Amino acid sequence: MAFESTYTYQFDTAVYKGAVTFPTQLFINGEFVNPINKGTIDLINPATCKAIARVSVGDCEDIELAAQAARAAFKEHWGLKVPGAARSKLLHKLADLVDTNTDQIAALEALNVGKTFHAAKAQDLPITSSILRYYAGWADKIQGKSIQTTPDKIGFTRHEPIGVVGVIVPWNFPLSTLIMKLAPALACGNTIVAKPSEFTPLSALFLCTLIREAGFPRGVVNIVPGYGDTAGQAVGESMIIDKVAFTGSTLTGRKIMEAAAKSNLKKISLELGGKSPSIIFDDADIDQAVKWAINGIFMNQGELCVAGSRIYVQAGIYDNFLQKFTESAQCLSVGDPFSPDTFQGPQISERQFERVMGYIKSGQEEGATLRLGGERHGTEGYFIQPTVFTECTPNMKIVQEEIFGPVAAIMKFSAEEEVIEQANNTTYGLACSVYTKDIDRAMRVASNIEAGTAWVNFTNWPDLGLPVGGFKQSGAGKDLGEDALENYTNIKAVHINIGIKI
Amino acid sequence: MPSTFTHEFNAPAFKAKVSFNTGLFINGQFVDGSDNTTIDVINPTNGKVITSVSEGTPKDVDLAVDAAHAAFDTAWGLHTPGAQRSILMSKLVALMEKNADELAALEALDNGKTFNWARNIDVAGSIDCIRYYAGWADKITGQVQETTEDKLTYSRHEPIGVVGQIIPWNFPLLMMAWKIGPALACGNTVVLKPSEFTPLTAIRMCHLINEAGFPPGVVNVLTGYGNTTGNAISSHMRIEKVAFTGSTIVGRKIMEAAARSNLKNVTLELGGKSPNIIFDDADIEQAVNWAIFGIFWNHGQTCTAGSRIFVQEGIYDEFFKRFMEKTRSLKIGDPFAPDTFQGPQVSEIQFNRIMSYIESGKAAGAKVEIGGERHGSEGYFIKPTIFTNVDPSMKIVQEEIFGPVCVLIKFKDEEDVIKQANDTLYGLAAAVFTQDLNRALNTAHRLKAGTAWINCVNSFNSNVPFGGFKQSGIGRECGDYALTNYTAVKAVHVNLGHKM
Repeated sequence: MAFESTYTYQFDTAVYKGAVTFPTQLFINGEFVNPINKGTIDLINPATCKAIARVSVGDCEDIELAAQAARAAFKEHWGLKVPGAARSKLLHKLADLVDTNTDQIAALEALNVGKTFHAAKAQDLPITSSILRYYAGWADKIQGKSIQTTPDKIGFTRHEPIGVVGVIVPWNFPLSTLIMKLAPALACGNTIVAKPSEFTPLSALFLCTLIREAGFPRGVVNIVPGYGDTAGQAVGESMIIDKVAFTGSTLTGRKIMEAAAKSNLKKISLELGGKSPSIIFDDADIDQAVKWAINGIFMNQGELCVAGSRIYVQAGIYDNFLQKFTESAQCLSVGDPFSPDTFQGPQISERQFERVMGYIKSGQEEGATLRLGGERHGTEGYFIQPTVFTECTPNMKIVQEEIFGPVAAIMKFSAEEEVIEQANNTTYGLACSVYTKDIDRAMRVASNIEAGTAWVNFTNWPDLGLPVGGFKQSGAGKDLGEDALENYTNIKAVHINIGIKI
Repeated sequence: MPSTFTHEFNAPAFKAKVSFNTGLFINGQFVDGSDNTTIDVINPTNGKVITSVSEGTPKDVDLAVDAAHAAFDTAWGLHTPGAQRSILMSKLVALMEKNADELAALEALDNGKTFNWARNIDVAGSIDCIRYYAGWADKITGQVQETTEDKLTYSRHEPIGVVGQIIPWNFPLLMMAWKIGPALACGNTVVLKPSEFTPLTAIRMCHLINEAGFPPGVVNVLTGYGNTTGNAISSHMRIEKVAFTGSTIVGRKIMEAAARSNLKNVTLELGGKSPNIIFDDADIEQAVNWAIFGIFWNHGQTCTAGSRIFVQEGIYDEFFKRFMEKTRSLKIGDPFAPDTFQGPQVSEIQFNRIMSYIESGKAAGAKVEIGGERHGSEGYFIKPTIFTNVDPSMKIVQEEIFGPVCVLIKFKDEEDVIKQANDTLYGLAAAVFTQDLNRALNTAHRLKAGTAWINCVNSFNSNVPFGGFKQSGIGRECGDYALTNYTAVKAVHVNLGHKM
């Protein structure tokens, strides 16, 4: 496959027809450039295993170049040189451009990731432009405090931008995780060096054209798709990058933190893995609980950090719930992401496919009951059947480790205390859900589970006004809500002596 | 049938034909007033009628309140998520940007301020304000207090409901933006009365509000007189909050009406007699330029006008010379001419009022250094006027003139000038010019005013709170402070296990 600086992909599907053109090079200092060492990657369509396009991948040298461009931009024509109102306008403009190009970007995302076009268009894209608008609204509201202690001095805090922010995002929600970092970082006046996953750079590359069109000054946003152990590592180790925001696996999160510690002690925020419990009590609305729980684990092919992958059902409704859950899972349509009826597409890659299949095998080997699925779906592409295990015990790998696939582990419980203990028996702490009509129990359980998000009577409901982030080994820092702004500001206290003599 | 205002603008700055319906804006429609009466809108450059607009009466206020309540209960309030309110407000911003020149031209025609000021300050500021509050709409958060195991407590910041807003004629569009911005962001519906002198930009905004897609009844605008329509709003039993900008004398009436009716929440932004204090070590050139802007911008029709200028004796003569020179150079005339600085006062009533203050100054023995008389023979133009040789007992030193008239007072020391500066019923703003850090901050802190400007005057930002001490007002506008005016705080206590 030849390398061209832009590529046009022709879509001719039931749900989307059209030609989408995207740049294939790195986006540094406002220009599309080849990587210094001319690295490329062939992107694969996970539904067909066929090649999509060849695009550039950057390595350490390109990251360094991008960081320098971001540093220069921060000093010369961003940061506090540009008032919040102006940053707000640019973010709004970008949101409008994302909306105008929704179908095209959704098509690229579905093609690249394997998520359905429907999900990309109905969820990923609207969330993306909503996040941009939400943080556009914050851009001129980054406020400090005035703190008056005595009459002979004044004290106040400035919430300054940090400087150059490194952003590393994964392949499961390439666009929305990128924007979750970019939007607050830009709102606060930082410049960006972003490294999308080498597997899924298409939506980010398309976004570069919109960033230019919106009018962001050169060097404010730089995008360098690349491999984790080269480009990603370079972001973590860079002496010019002041802060890194990472979404991905816990394993990689450790590497980023180490790299930050060894280099310039850059600030870090990490949004990592999870093994989130959904707890369904006897008095829950069973039909609703089933629907939410199905979506909780099978949405996005189970490739979701907050996936409700451990489902605890109280004894009184266990049989009823299990039957309905299994029936629903059986009806989920697996197949072509561009078919109107498809619910679940392929896993992202061969490696992920093997990994998930490996967990399924271990579940069987360790003695869990395979209630549904467990096998590859079809013969082409990385499709896995929605899989349900029952009779699981706490120490099984399928109960302890993050599978990141369409595999649910269902367990029966009797008492509240017992299930809370089991739910907390994990190194993770990203999210949890509790289903009950009882107000006291709802609050008690939500309060007692060690997780950064507690959903009561639903699962995976996005609300960008509230912060998202993990307890324990699920991460540090927050995305979304007002709290995310903390990750992207440096607080300076200014004391002015207006009368203290020494 | 409400009339249509049609006007052909043919100025260097703006050439276009403008045409729009000038009825009352109630429930998304433009309608006649209940009495089918109209109010003439006068061009202050020549006293001629520009057009007539429908007049709102107390009965129309009732209709508007009904529409506002219906909208609040169905299509607005907490029925519309903040993110959606934000999107609508952003659409309004885009429409204001698209029609910015027209809005500026209407403002200049109606109020008499220059097209340039209208475009660069009034319209630009209004756009920035709505944009700023659009960003708050989905961020109206409450608190969760200390969490314990047996009780959850949190506060909800809910919209109040139907709010009444009464705005003045000096910055018609900007004052509308300062009011509807936070009110809409917080989810309230609005019944707004523009000044009977300057309704045009408010009415034009109603057309944009419709175009933006706001549900009918969310914003209702009725032009009317203060003692009928304004009074109906402040006395209304189904309006839970009134916000007013205008004179202190009318502010009292609003507060009384609120007290007598339903104890509605009141915020007032009233008059001022703001001191501008210039120390020996000030940058004289800058002090002069800001002082000019402080009193003569907007023809002195600014609540924060720096109308009492205190100059320290060390630089008095130099300041005076340059201040006179600059004042002499100000061009007065056609608001649409590109080099005009000052247009006419807004109305005959205001013209007469200012002229009578000038006469009172002369009669009391103050010296007119420049101006002190009408400019030209047509329209309500008054020459920029400087009085010296004044004493604190004079009306021109104590009372708000609201015209291009300032008093210049020499002072010796800091203690004395701060005392004089604070010797007023008002407390809206104050300015101090000095390079000395300690003196700048200490003086700013000691001046009893809601805004203290250091080395500037009349400098406003959408995100910085604004309002008065003492009889200059109650409450704050702009910034997130304004949100407090438009939220009702409900505390929710959830008992999670404490047994009686």
